[in-house]
Amino acid sequence: MTWLSYAKALNRALADEMQRDPAVCVFGEDVQAGIAGLTLGLYKRFGGERIVDMPLSEQAFTSMATGAAMTGTRPVIEFQIPSLLFLVFEQIVNHAHKFSLMTGGQVAVPVTYIVPGSGSRMGWAGQHSDHPYSLFAHVGVKTVVPAMPSDGYGLLVSAIRDQDPTVIFAPAGAMGVREDVTAELTAVPLGSARVHRPGCDVTVVAVGHLVHDALAVAAEIAGEVSLEIFDPRTLYPFDWDALMSSLGKTRRLVVIDDSNRYCGFGAEVIATVAEELQLIAPPRRVTRPEGAVLPFALELDRAVQPSRDQLVAAVRAVMK
Amino acid sequence: MPAAPATAATELYRSMRLIRGFEERALELVKSGEIVGGTHPYIGQEAVAVGVCAALRPGDLITGTHRGHGHVLAKGADPRRLLAELAGKETGLNRGRGGSMHAADLGLGILGVNAIVGAAAPISVGAAWSARRTGSGQVVATFFGDGALNQGVLLEAMNLAALWRLPVVFVCENNGYATTMPVATSVAGSAAGRAEAFGIAARSVDGMDVEQVRDAAAAVVSRARGGDGPGFLECMTYRYGPHHTMEYRLKLSYRPAEEIARWRERDPLGIQGARLAATDRERIDRQVAALIDAATEFARSSPAPDPAGALDFLYASGLRPRAGAA
Repeated sequence: MTWLSYAKALNRALADEMQRDPAVCVFGEDVQAGIAGLTLGLYKRFGGERIVDMPLSEQAFTSMATGAAMTGTRPVIEFQIPSLLFLVFEQIVNHAHKFSLMTGGQVAVPVTYIVPGSGSRMGWAGQHSDHPYSLFAHVGVKTVVPAMPSDGYGLLVSAIRDQDPTVIFAPAGAMGVREDVTAELTAVPLGSARVHRPGCDVTVVAVGHLVHDALAVAAEIAGEVSLEIFDPRTLYPFDWDALMSSLGKTRRLVVIDDSNRYCGFGAEVIATVAEELQLIAPPRRVTRPEGAVLPFALELDRAVQPSRDQLVAAVRAVMK
Repeated sequence: MPAAPATAATELYRSMRLIRGFEERALELVKSGEIVGGTHPYIGQEAVAVGVCAALRPGDLITGTHRGHGHVLAKGADPRRLLAELAGKETGLNRGRGGSMHAADLGLGILGVNAIVGAAAPISVGAAWSARRTGSGQVVATFFGDGALNQGVLLEAMNLAALWRLPVVFVCENNGYATTMPVATSVAGSAAGRAEAFGIAARSVDGMDVEQVRDAAAAVVSRARGGDGPGFLECMTYRYGPHHTMEYRLKLSYRPAEEIARWRERDPLGIQGARLAATDRERIDRQVAALIDAATEFARSSPAPDPAGALDFLYASGLRPRAGAA
């Protein structure tokens, strides 16, 4: 057995792509030291011309990556904390994302933005604990949230090779996960879902680290109900065919999603399903509350995150 | 009869005349409704774009502003395709997907004009960083107005360019106003002072005299290309017309008429035209007028884009988004 940690999988994907393509460079804060783990060892191997330490000028270096991408470079930007994505929303959404259309297809902006440790880190409080993937999916930026080390590897590889800007959220709650990867690690195409556990009663769409909670719940209540654990892996574009195929079997749906409830990712899944097929029971969402700001104290932090108990209750509700 | 060989002085005049004629025609087409969304006319500021672009090589790169037709034309864009873009036609530079504020022509090194004030500066730094990485020898000129002097991202971009001695030419077109707000009431310190704070050599020049702009730009471009890092040029200039064509309807009065008249006395076309023989000047004027008429005809006769392709080019990878209605 070969055990690979999630953090190491991302590090290996980045190293492999840098080795394969000399246009791949990393921009970020403290990336030469490798403080977030993603770039550990890469400065020594690839040098300061490709592992570029940035001053604390997130807005400028995010658009710098856009300009570099328009002229032949393939930048990967590491953001140490998820809320920096709010600061650079303008640079990603209003520039990088729009340039292909606005130039009539003259420009591609192949930049990968990655946050190692998105969502709550337990006790990091209001400005370090957001999980804003729904915002990027909403505006149409390709949005990836891998749950497993092998998917972290394969999706980071695909994001780097992709011609469009892509944001990867590597949830803090998944960074410690290890997976047996005896098979060779390969690219995972963007927009393709993965069913981790087949089941026949309820389809549970679980995002990121919540896949692991969903799998634990599925095992725990296996005697009572059979859950199919559906991991979209890419939130935008979403693998609707795979979801409809799963629901064709179960006709019951629960979404567990670390977004704020209002206009969150789970709402889109449920709205689309409601338009396309008749479920046996009304679907349920388990999310953060509307408008949640993560409070500091651990009890409060946990209180606003989606929980296993809430998932069990939602499953029982759709089984009534 | 073969045309007389072009001289630098006549070419500078020709390029400015082209921009002036283009902008005047665009105003007519805004009034007639053939250009929707209006324009930000460059009239009065022609010497800046033309002087700077005259100091660049064809392979060099530029980024520009919402008031960007002059930047694009000075770098060599086809006026027919720019006018078609303004008119929202499939034959436009951006196939009618960008319009006045987003014109780009990558084949000519025009990375695009940008509608968000100050936003193109860090993009230019990234392009200069690529040029350094690949050893292409390119220089990147980025145009911005005095309004951008108060955008943090411009200051961040200057810091990065200076830190790494990147080949960027920062061109501040100081036309005295950020929309209606005078520089005196919005900019503490000075334009040059901001650049100097980052160790970037800065110079303020008469932005109404194209040869002065060109000479100053040539020195900055040469240093940047030689590896001596970025430079900063403040060009003192003026827009005769409105911030945006919607001002015609609003009848604003934030500038005294005497101020506009005073600047018009130093018209860049007048200054450069006086350096030419009258016959050369008149010949160029006639040629440019014919070119503008041809561009107008081209824009008018070009097809509008097919609505079925409204989201074509959204993804360079070819991803097709779901429609807004089933």
